[in-house]
Amino acid sequence: MLDDSDRRLLRHLQADPEQSMAALSTATGIPVATCYKRLDRLREQGVLRGQQMVLNWPALGFTVEVSLRVTLDKTNPRAFDELLAAARDVPEVTEIQTFLGRVDVRLTVIARTMPHYQEIYRARILTLPHIADIEALMHVATIKDAEALPI
Amino acid sequence: MIDLDAIDRDILRALQADATLKASELGRRFGLSQPAAWRRVKRLQEAGVWQTRRLDLDTEKLGFGVTVFLGVKLATKGRVSLEDFERAVSAIPEVQTVQHVLGLYDYRLRVVARDLSDFERVLRRRIMTLPGVGNVEANVLLSEERRPGPLG
Repeated sequence: MLDDSDRRLLRHLQADPEQSMAALSTATGIPVATCYKRLDRLREQGVLRGQQMVLNWPALGFTVEVSLRVTLDKTNPRAFDELLAAARDVPEVTEIQTFLGRVDVRLTVIARTMPHYQEIYRARILTLPHIADIEALMHVATIKDAEALPI
Repeated sequence: MIDLDAIDRDILRALQADATLKASELGRRFGLSQPAAWRRVKRLQEAGVWQTRRLDLDTEKLGFGVTVFLGVKLATKGRVSLEDFERAVSAIPEVQTVQHVLGLYDYRLRVVARDLSDFERVLRRRIMTLPGVGNVEANVLLSEERRPGPLG
Protein backbone atom coordinates (compact mmCIF):
# COMPACT_ATOMS: atom_id res chain seq x y z
CA MET A 1 0.00 0.00 0.00
CA LEU A 2 2.78 2.43 0.93
CA ASP A 3 5.78 2.67 -1.31
CA ASP A 4 9.29 3.94 -0.64
CA SER A 5 8.42 7.53 -1.58
CA ASP A 6 5.51 7.60 0.90
CA ARG A 7 7.78 6.33 3.62
CA ARG A 8 10.47 8.84 2.74
CA LEU A 9 7.93 11.68 2.89
CA LEU A 10 6.59 10.61 6.26
CA ARG A 11 10.06 10.09 7.66
CA HIS A 12 11.10 13.64 6.77
CA LEU A 13 7.80 15.23 7.77
CA GLN A 14 7.90 13.44 11.10
CA ALA A 15 11.33 14.88 11.83
CA ASP A 16 10.05 18.42 11.22
CA PRO A 17 6.26 18.73 10.84
CA GLU A 18 6.50 22.50 10.40
CA GLN A 19 8.64 22.52 7.28
CA SER A 20 7.26 23.94 4.07
CA MET A 21 6.32 21.76 1.13
CA ALA A 22 9.28 23.23 -0.77
CA ALA A 23 11.69 22.14 1.99
CA LEU A 24 10.08 18.72 2.11
CA SER A 25 10.44 18.42 -1.64
CA THR A 26 14.14 19.33 -1.51
CA ALA A 27 14.81 16.91 1.34
CA THR A 28 13.05 13.97 -0.30
CA GLY A 29 13.80 14.71 -3.95
CA ILE A 30 10.09 14.40 -4.71
CA PRO A 31 8.51 17.23 -6.77
CA VAL A 32 6.30 19.66 -4.79
CA ALA A 33 3.12 18.77 -6.68
CA THR A 34 3.73 15.07 -6.04
CA CYS A 35 4.36 15.80 -2.33
CA TYR A 36 0.93 17.44 -2.09
CA LYS A 37 -0.74 14.60 -3.95
CA ARG A 38 0.89 11.88 -1.90
CA LEU A 39 0.21 13.56 1.45
CA ASP A 40 -3.43 14.05 0.43
CA ARG A 41 -3.66 10.37 -0.36
CA LEU A 42 -2.05 9.40 2.95
CA ARG A 43 -4.66 11.57 4.70
CA GLU A 44 -7.49 9.94 2.75
CA GLN A 45 -6.17 6.50 3.66
CA GLY A 46 -6.10 7.54 7.31
CA VAL A 47 -2.35 6.93 7.63
CA LEU A 48 -1.69 10.60 8.31
CA ARG A 49 -4.36 11.70 10.75
CA GLY A 50 -3.12 15.20 11.51
CA GLN A 51 -0.70 17.22 13.57
CA GLN A 52 -0.95 18.04 17.23
CA MET A 53 0.69 20.67 19.35
CA VAL A 54 2.36 19.20 22.40
CA LEU A 55 2.22 21.66 25.28
CA ASN A 56 5.20 22.44 27.45
CA TRP A 57 3.47 22.15 30.82
CA PRO A 58 6.42 23.37 32.91
CA ALA A 59 6.25 26.69 30.97
CA LEU A 60 2.63 26.93 32.13
CA GLY A 61 3.65 26.38 35.74
CA PHE A 62 3.05 22.62 35.94
CA THR A 63 6.46 21.42 36.97
CA VAL A 64 5.51 18.11 38.59
CA GLU A 65 4.76 15.05 36.45
CA VAL A 66 3.96 11.68 37.93
CA SER A 67 3.24 8.40 36.19
CA LEU A 68 0.70 6.37 38.17
CA ARG A 69 0.62 2.65 37.50
CA VAL A 70 -2.74 1.33 38.53
CA THR A 71 -3.77 -2.25 39.23
CA LEU A 72 -7.53 -2.73 39.11
CA ASP A 73 -9.89 -4.88 41.12
CA LYS A 74 -10.87 -7.06 38.16
CA THR A 75 -13.58 -8.97 40.00
CA ASN A 76 -15.87 -6.20 38.78
CA PRO A 77 -16.43 -6.52 35.01
CA ARG A 78 -17.11 -2.78 34.71
CA ALA A 79 -13.88 -1.83 36.51
CA PHE A 80 -11.99 -0.69 33.39
CA ASP A 81 -14.80 1.40 31.91
CA GLU A 82 -15.73 3.05 35.18
CA LEU A 83 -12.17 3.91 36.13
CA LEU A 84 -11.44 5.34 32.66
CA ALA A 85 -14.62 7.44 32.70
CA ALA A 86 -13.81 8.83 36.15
CA ALA A 87 -10.17 9.53 35.22
CA ARG A 88 -11.31 11.60 32.22
CA ASP A 89 -13.01 13.98 34.66
CA VAL A 90 -9.74 14.82 36.39
CA PRO A 91 -8.29 17.82 34.47
CA GLU A 92 -4.73 17.16 35.66
CA VAL A 93 -4.71 13.72 34.00
CA THR A 94 -3.00 14.25 30.64
CA GLU A 95 -2.65 10.64 29.45
CA ILE A 96 -4.66 7.48 29.98
CA GLN A 97 -3.26 4.18 28.77
CA THR A 98 -4.43 0.61 29.24
CA PHE A 99 -2.09 -2.36 29.21
CA LEU A 100 -1.72 -6.07 29.04
CA GLY A 101 0.76 -6.98 31.74
CA ARG A 102 1.35 -6.37 35.41
CA VAL A 103 -0.05 -2.85 35.10
CA ASP A 104 -3.68 -2.41 34.02
CA VAL A 105 -3.93 1.35 33.57
CA ARG A 106 -1.40 4.13 33.57
CA LEU A 107 -2.26 7.76 34.21
CA THR A 108 0.01 10.74 33.71
CA VAL A 109 -0.81 13.40 36.27
CA ILE A 110 0.67 16.90 36.27
CA ALA A 111 0.67 19.44 39.09
CA ARG A 112 2.06 22.88 39.89
CA THR A 113 3.99 21.85 43.01
CA MET A 114 4.40 18.80 45.23
CA PRO A 115 1.73 20.02 47.72
CA HIS A 116 -0.60 20.58 44.75
CA TYR A 117 0.16 17.04 43.56
CA GLN A 118 -0.55 15.68 47.03
CA GLU A 119 -3.89 17.48 46.96
CA ILE A 120 -4.86 16.02 43.56
CA TYR A 121 -3.65 12.57 44.60
CA ARG A 122 -5.76 12.53 47.76
CA ALA A 123 -8.88 14.23 46.49
CA ARG A 124 -9.09 13.01 42.89
CA ILE A 125 -6.92 9.92 42.37
CA LEU A 126 -7.40 7.82 45.49
CA THR A 127 -11.14 8.34 45.09
CA LEU A 128 -11.20 6.79 41.59
CA PRO A 129 -13.25 3.58 41.51
CA HIS A 130 -11.98 -0.05 41.52
CA ILE A 131 -8.32 0.65 42.27
CA ALA A 132 -6.55 -2.27 43.94
CA ASP A 133 -3.06 -0.79 43.97
CA ILE A 134 -1.14 2.27 42.75
CA GLU A 135 2.57 2.71 42.15
CA ALA A 136 4.00 6.11 41.39
CA LEU A 137 6.97 6.95 39.20
CA MET A 138 8.11 10.51 39.52
CA HIS A 139 9.29 12.05 36.29
CA VAL A 140 12.80 13.46 36.54
CA ALA A 141 13.84 14.20 32.97
CA THR A 142 12.86 13.46 29.40
CA ILE A 143 15.82 12.11 27.47
CA LYS A 144 14.07 11.40 24.17
CA ASP A 145 10.53 12.33 23.26
CA ALA A 146 10.31 12.61 19.49
CA GLU A 147 7.94 9.64 19.49
CA ALA A 148 9.00 9.05 15.92
CA LEU A 149 8.28 5.79 14.14
CA PRO A 150 11.23 4.00 12.55
CA ILE A 151 9.61 4.23 9.09
CA MET B 1 5.54 32.17 33.75
CA ILE B 2 3.00 33.34 31.22
CA ASP B 3 -0.53 34.35 32.22
CA LEU B 4 -3.29 32.93 30.09
CA ASP B 5 -6.75 34.36 29.61
CA ALA B 6 -9.80 32.42 28.41
CA ILE B 7 -9.07 33.04 24.72
CA ASP B 8 -5.44 31.91 25.08
CA ARG B 9 -6.74 28.68 26.59
CA ASP B 10 -9.21 28.23 23.74
CA ILE B 11 -6.39 28.74 21.24
CA LEU B 12 -4.14 26.21 23.01
CA ARG B 13 -6.91 23.65 23.16
CA ALA B 14 -7.61 24.11 19.43
CA LEU B 15 -3.91 23.77 18.53
CA GLN B 16 -3.55 20.69 20.71
CA ALA B 17 -6.18 19.06 18.50
CA ASP B 18 -4.90 20.49 15.21
CA ALA B 19 -1.53 22.21 15.07
CA THR B 20 -2.00 23.26 11.45
CA LEU B 21 -4.77 25.79 12.21
CA LYS B 22 -3.92 29.21 10.80
CA ALA B 23 -4.38 32.51 12.65
CA SER B 24 -7.30 33.38 10.36
CA GLU B 25 -9.18 30.21 11.33
CA LEU B 26 -8.37 30.66 15.04
CA GLY B 27 -9.61 34.25 14.78
CA ARG B 28 -12.86 33.16 13.18
CA ARG B 29 -13.47 30.56 15.86
CA PHE B 30 -12.76 32.79 18.83
CA GLY B 31 -13.99 36.16 17.56
CA LEU B 32 -10.63 37.81 16.89
CA SER B 33 -9.24 39.57 13.85
CA GLN B 34 -6.58 37.63 11.98
CA PRO B 35 -3.73 39.92 13.22
CA ALA B 36 -4.99 39.74 16.82
CA ALA B 37 -5.07 35.93 16.67
CA TRP B 38 -1.61 35.90 15.10
CA ARG B 39 -0.24 38.14 17.90
CA ARG B 40 -1.64 35.79 20.54
CA VAL B 41 -0.16 32.72 18.87
CA LYS B 42 3.18 34.50 18.59
CA ARG B 43 3.12 35.53 22.25
CA LEU B 44 2.37 31.95 23.34
CA GLN B 45 5.08 30.61 21.08
CA GLU B 46 7.65 33.07 22.42
CA ALA B 47 6.78 32.10 25.99
CA GLY B 48 7.74 28.53 25.06
CA VAL B 49 4.26 27.20 25.73
CA TRP B 50 4.59 24.44 23.22
CA GLN B 51 7.25 21.89 23.13
CA THR B 52 6.86 20.45 19.70
CA ARG B 53 4.45 19.43 16.99
CA ARG B 54 3.66 15.78 16.66
CA LEU B 55 2.55 14.00 13.53
CA ASP B 56 -0.46 11.84 14.28
CA LEU B 57 0.20 8.65 12.32
CA ASP B 58 -1.81 5.45 12.27
CA THR B 59 0.94 3.17 13.55
CA GLU B 60 -0.86 -0.02 12.56
CA LYS B 61 -1.34 1.08 8.97
CA LEU B 62 2.39 1.76 8.87
CA GLY B 63 3.08 -1.79 9.96
CA PHE B 64 3.78 -1.24 13.66
CA GLY B 65 1.33 -3.50 15.42
CA VAL B 66 2.75 -3.41 18.95
CA THR B 67 3.71 -0.69 21.37
CA VAL B 68 5.33 -1.78 24.61
CA PHE B 69 6.26 0.26 27.66
CA LEU B 70 9.34 -0.93 29.49
CA GLY B 71 10.31 -0.14 33.03
CA VAL B 72 14.08 -0.49 33.26
CA LYS B 73 16.11 -0.76 36.42
CA LEU B 74 19.84 -0.26 36.12
CA ALA B 75 21.83 -3.12 37.65
CA THR B 76 25.18 -1.56 38.17
CA LYS B 77 24.65 1.99 39.26
CA GLY B 78 27.91 3.79 39.76
CA ARG B 79 29.83 1.50 37.45
CA VAL B 80 27.98 2.48 34.30
CA SER B 81 27.27 6.14 33.86
CA LEU B 82 23.70 7.23 33.28
CA GLU B 83 24.93 9.16 30.24
CA ASP B 84 26.25 5.99 28.62
CA PHE B 85 22.94 4.23 29.12
CA GLU B 86 20.94 7.23 27.92
CA ARG B 87 23.06 7.69 24.82
CA ALA B 88 22.85 4.02 23.88
CA VAL B 89 19.13 3.66 24.51
CA SER B 90 18.27 6.88 22.64
CA ALA B 91 20.08 5.59 19.57
CA ILE B 92 17.73 2.60 19.17
CA PRO B 93 15.24 3.56 16.43
CA GLU B 94 12.42 1.46 17.90
CA VAL B 95 12.69 3.32 21.22
CA GLN B 96 10.35 6.28 20.81
CA THR B 97 10.62 7.91 24.20
CA VAL B 98 13.02 7.71 27.14
CA GLN B 99 12.13 9.16 30.50
CA HIS B 100 14.29 9.22 33.59
CA VAL B 101 12.04 8.47 36.56
CA LEU B 102 12.24 7.98 40.32
CA GLY B 103 10.58 5.00 41.96
CA LEU B 104 10.43 1.31 41.20
CA TYR B 105 12.33 1.84 37.92
CA ASP B 106 15.03 4.20 36.72
CA TYR B 107 13.82 4.63 33.14
CA ARG B 108 10.57 4.34 31.22
CA LEU B 109 10.83 3.48 27.55
CA ARG B 110 8.22 3.46 24.84
CA VAL B 111 9.07 0.88 22.18
CA VAL B 112 7.33 0.14 18.86
CA ALA B 113 7.68 -3.08 16.90
CA ARG B 114 6.03 -4.76 13.93
CA ASP B 115 4.67 -7.61 16.03
CA LEU B 116 5.48 -9.53 19.20
CA SER B 117 8.32 -11.53 17.65
CA ASP B 118 9.83 -8.32 16.31
CA PHE B 119 9.51 -6.88 19.82
CA GLU B 120 11.30 -9.91 21.21
CA ARG B 121 14.15 -9.28 18.79
CA VAL B 122 14.41 -5.61 19.89
CA LEU B 123 14.25 -6.61 23.54
CA ARG B 124 16.90 -9.32 23.31
CA ARG B 125 19.34 -7.79 20.87
CA ARG B 126 19.00 -4.09 21.66
CA ILE B 127 17.57 -3.51 25.12
CA MET B 128 19.00 -6.39 27.17
CA THR B 129 22.46 -5.65 25.77
CA LEU B 130 22.46 -2.01 26.90
CA PRO B 131 25.22 -1.02 29.32
CA GLY B 132 24.11 -1.50 32.92
CA VAL B 133 20.62 -2.74 32.21
CA GLY B 134 19.10 -4.79 35.03
CA ASN B 135 15.52 -5.74 35.73
CA VAL B 136 13.09 -4.99 32.87
CA GLU B 137 9.31 -5.05 33.07
CA ALA B 138 7.19 -4.99 29.91
CA ASN B 139 3.58 -3.93 29.52
CA VAL B 140 1.89 -4.13 26.12
CA LEU B 141 -0.15 -1.05 25.24
CA LEU B 142 -3.82 -1.79 24.50
CA SER B 143 -5.27 1.70 24.24
CA GLU B 144 -4.12 5.25 24.64
CA GLU B 145 -5.88 8.53 25.11
CA ARG B 146 -4.36 11.99 25.33
CA ARG B 147 -6.29 14.53 27.35
CA PRO B 148 -6.17 18.32 26.95
CA GLY B 149 -4.95 18.75 30.54
CA PRO B 150 -5.73 21.51 33.05
CA LEU B 151 -6.36 24.39 30.65
CA GLY B 152 -9.17 25.75 32.79
